[in-house]
Amino acid sequence: MSYYFVIVGTEDNPLFEYEFGTSKAGGDGQARFPEQARHMNQFIVHSSLDIVEEVQWGTGQMYLKCVDRFYNNYVSCFLTGGNVKFMLLHQPPSSSVSSTSNPRSSTSTIATNPMSPQTEEAVRAFMLEIYESWVKTIMNPFYRVNMEVRSPIFRQRVAAAGRKYL
Amino acid sequence: MSASKAARVGEEIWKGRVDKVNAELVVLTYGTIVAQLCKDFDSDYVQVNKQLDKMGYNIGLRLIEDYLAKSNTMRRCSNFRETADMLAKVGFKIFLNITPTVTNWTSDNKQFSLVFEENPLADFVELPDDGRAQDELWYSNIFCGVLRGALEMVQMQVEAHFISDVLRGNDTTEMRVSLIRYIDDELPPEDD
Repeated sequence: MSYYFVIVGTEDNPLFEYEFGTSKAGGDGQARFPEQARHMNQFIVHSSLDIVEEVQWGTGQMYLKCVDRFYNNYVSCFLTGGNVKFMLLHQPPSSSVSSTSNPRSSTSTIATNPMSPQTEEAVRAFMLEIYESWVKTIMNPFYRVNMEVRSPIFRQRVAAAGRKYL
Repeated sequence: MSASKAARVGEEIWKGRVDKVNAELVVLTYGTIVAQLCKDFDSDYVQVNKQLDKMGYNIGLRLIEDYLAKSNTMRRCSNFRETADMLAKVGFKIFLNITPTVTNWTSDNKQFSLVFEENPLADFVELPDDGRAQDELWYSNIFCGVLRGALEMVQMQVEAHFISDVLRGNDTTEMRVSLIRYIDDELPPEDD
């Protein structure tokens, strides 16, 4: 499974981007997006923002689970209190597309099935960990609202959370 | 007063006689001041350091009074070593609840280092990554001014500056304090 994680500010501007792959089930943590489709990730996530805005006031939850799907790409979202959106696009390896025919199957691992409850839980844990680091990062007095996050420490923490849960 | 007694006194005052304030309030307030200074001086960090030192100096001039009232030690320190201990174990303790380590004395007992294991001003802080802040800005420089101001009011002229800071990627946060001279009591000028 390949992941593309992006933080979107309150003006729908990207603040932080990170690509990684699964570290579970023998994954090496490298993203394997097909080269000719990699640039599409931003578009797919951007288009999901409309759906996020539709559902964000309905649930009362910060974690909106999987909000959108575009072919083999699944987009999960987590909202912070300040309406900053953590968007995670996951793309199972194309060889395992067959498993999506039974999307609620609980037997498959998070590495192959983006709709399973285990995946939802893993993404929730991932998002919560990042949320914690995020709060610390924006408490930095030199950070302004909606400014791009360049902190190498934050990037390391996101990478660590990715390795730990996904 | 011995070092261990000073530590006890500091602990006691901190527990009983000091109003506490939320740590994050302090972090954010001080952080905002520094960030605003950086903005006002167009990231001229040398100027920012100077301003912080000046602000600290003005705090120190008055803070010493509060320190003397709280610590109730109306007695001069017998030497500069004792001053350093009181500073670290009572002064820093009652105002910030930290106890920097006093170390690296020179042989003439006129210079020492304060090593800060923790720095309540610097939580959450990452210096701007403009390539200069890491080399030029002393984020906690206000401390230097505070020491200078406070000690001046008790007849000690000192010079204080940071020589390392964990925010810059150093292993420790260390401030060097040197005694320049004891200021002699001067007679007021004659009336006529």
